[in-house]
Amino acid sequence: MDRFVYLTFDGLSRGAVYAAFALALVLIWRAARIVNFAQGAMAVAAVYVAYSVTEKTGSYWLGFAAALVFGLLLGIAVEKAVMRFVDHSSPLNGVVVALGLVLIVQGVLGIVYGNEFRPVQTPFRRDAFDIGGIAVLSRYDVFVFAAVGAVVIGLTVLFTRTAVGLRMRAAAFAPDVSRLLGVPVGGMLTLGWALAAAVGSLAGMLVVPTELGLNPNAMDVLFVSAFTAAVVGGLDSPIGAVTGGLIVGLLLSYVSGYLGATVAPMAVLLLLVVVLLGRPGGLFSSSKARLA
Amino acid sequence: MTDIKEKRPAITPEQTTSKPRKRPHPIWYAIAGAVLIAALTYYLPPFRNYQLATVGAYFTVTAGLTVLTGLNGQLSLGHGALMATGAYTFALTQNRWLTMPLSFLAAVLATVLAGAVIGLAAARLRGPYLAGLTLAVAVVVPSVASTFDDTLGSDMGLSIALDPPPGVIPMERWQAWLCWAGALLTALLLALLVRGRFGRDLRAVRDDETAARLAGVHIARTQILAFVVSAACAGLAGALFAFLAQSVSPGAFPLTLSLFLVMAIVIGGLGRLFGALLGALLLVLLPALAQSVAEGSGSQHLEGNLALVIFGVVLVVVMLAAPGGLASIRFTSIRRKR
Repeated sequence: MDRFVYLTFDGLSRGAVYAAFALALVLIWRAARIVNFAQGAMAVAAVYVAYSVTEKTGSYWLGFAAALVFGLLLGIAVEKAVMRFVDHSSPLNGVVVALGLVLIVQGVLGIVYGNEFRPVQTPFRRDAFDIGGIAVLSRYDVFVFAAVGAVVIGLTVLFTRTAVGLRMRAAAFAPDVSRLLGVPVGGMLTLGWALAAAVGSLAGMLVVPTELGLNPNAMDVLFVSAFTAAVVGGLDSPIGAVTGGLIVGLLLSYVSGYLGATVAPMAVLLLLVVVLLGRPGGLFSSSKARLA
Repeated sequence: MTDIKEKRPAITPEQTTSKPRKRPHPIWYAIAGAVLIAALTYYLPPFRNYQLATVGAYFTVTAGLTVLTGLNGQLSLGHGALMATGAYTFALTQNRWLTMPLSFLAAVLATVLAGAVIGLAAARLRGPYLAGLTLAVAVVVPSVASTFDDTLGSDMGLSIALDPPPGVIPMERWQAWLCWAGALLTALLLALLVRGRFGRDLRAVRDDETAARLAGVHIARTQILAFVVSAACAGLAGALFAFLAQSVSPGAFPLTLSLFLVMAIVIGGLGRLFGALLGALLLVLLPALAQSVAEGSGSQHLEGNLALVIFGVVLVVVMLAAPGGLASIRFTSIRRKR
């Protein structure tokens, strides 16, 4: 029972990160109908920037801020330089271009930093508190929950309460009409990419220390988990992304806790297959997504 | 209906103009290729022969992948994993019975099975969903190898027992012969396959599913069959790679391999076997080139990574510079005779 409780909290903490990452995927999907397969690689790049800044200055938080800013800028750059020129007549094109970006980012990171694993520090300790004799959460987990919670709340407020959010939703939902009404659709798209990349960077910052460590391929498996989370929730739905993230996190935690860590990626694959075959649109249908 | 009939005459002249370019039967290409390769293997030094063999192994998988992606429009990022399936099956069978033909056959059969399972799911998925699923398949290889580490040997992988080449043939020449025998056989079978009804069905499904269904094409069956065929090619290629390396490990089939394969067929020209051949050539030449540049610069970090960057840049540029999408290129090299 202790173990179950521990695994549950561990799963929720992992799931929160997947949720953030899945949110980033959903943001771009809603705005541009592209699944950004380069999301993971971009996030790793941001974490490397944080690593460098932290090395130079000795401050974790400066690095943290640098990662978010870098993510924002990288998102803008990718959208403005590459993604807006992708031909959308076939969904294949966007995917292939994103894969090209993956290769570029991983290659550049490898050239600059080398391919070896680097340990990354965490701002808080990762040993769990005891509550009634059961190891539940660590300070770091609390930090993860707080950070992801802030992102979710921030995005919700942005999209539902602000004029910019309204324009972004309009630009994504009906680009032509929005343009006629004076919404700068291209600008909204760039903003969407910037936000998504920043959220992805945050997720990368949160998850890389807890996984094996920092290397150019650090996010490959993680991207798959996040993609699964986004698909489980339905690529259209932010609420679905968060729920999907938590589901995937819990699944991974239970599977690696009870069956062994090596089985975990297979469990994700299985979940992805089951969801895609059962409900290709995801558990949260798109009609719900329009409300969000 | 009348609309369609009226449109018809407008299209036919275009077809008749390209008709006189009658192409020889694919078997002549295969024979010419075999002769060329055989001659090359006597002319080239051993290391070049090894590289030639690698091109053959890559061609085996890119040929299958270009039929799947170029002709049927299904993007697979999981062909690296299918190659791993073939490679591991080859290794296990070879170490048990030490009979090469049997091992190759087992490798193909095992991947046909795996391809059928993935293809079954793939036939229901489109675009990014399909890419995501196959990506998950590609990423899962190392964990499969570690989960069944008793038989698959975890990260260390397996070494493969091989008989020495018959007679006094040097190893590299033997490798080149076998790899190209596999590659040419695969290409020939694929060329024959897509000339006929199957090829037409593939393209019909890719271009317009509804129209294809109305015309009586069984969509799911066509897609699954395309996946199985390309999986079989990947399995054979994986076995050839295992044969070349004389060992198999998860590290030989990373995610980047799957991405490289996609890149190769996109750059070579989607849907054309000649494009797949070009792509296979690039897969061997570009890293070798990048390697020599890296060695010249004396930076260890450039090694391998420079090739990644070059591939990525080329991929993005090609995709953006061909706004119509390379998928629109016809399978011109093997057009059906009317």
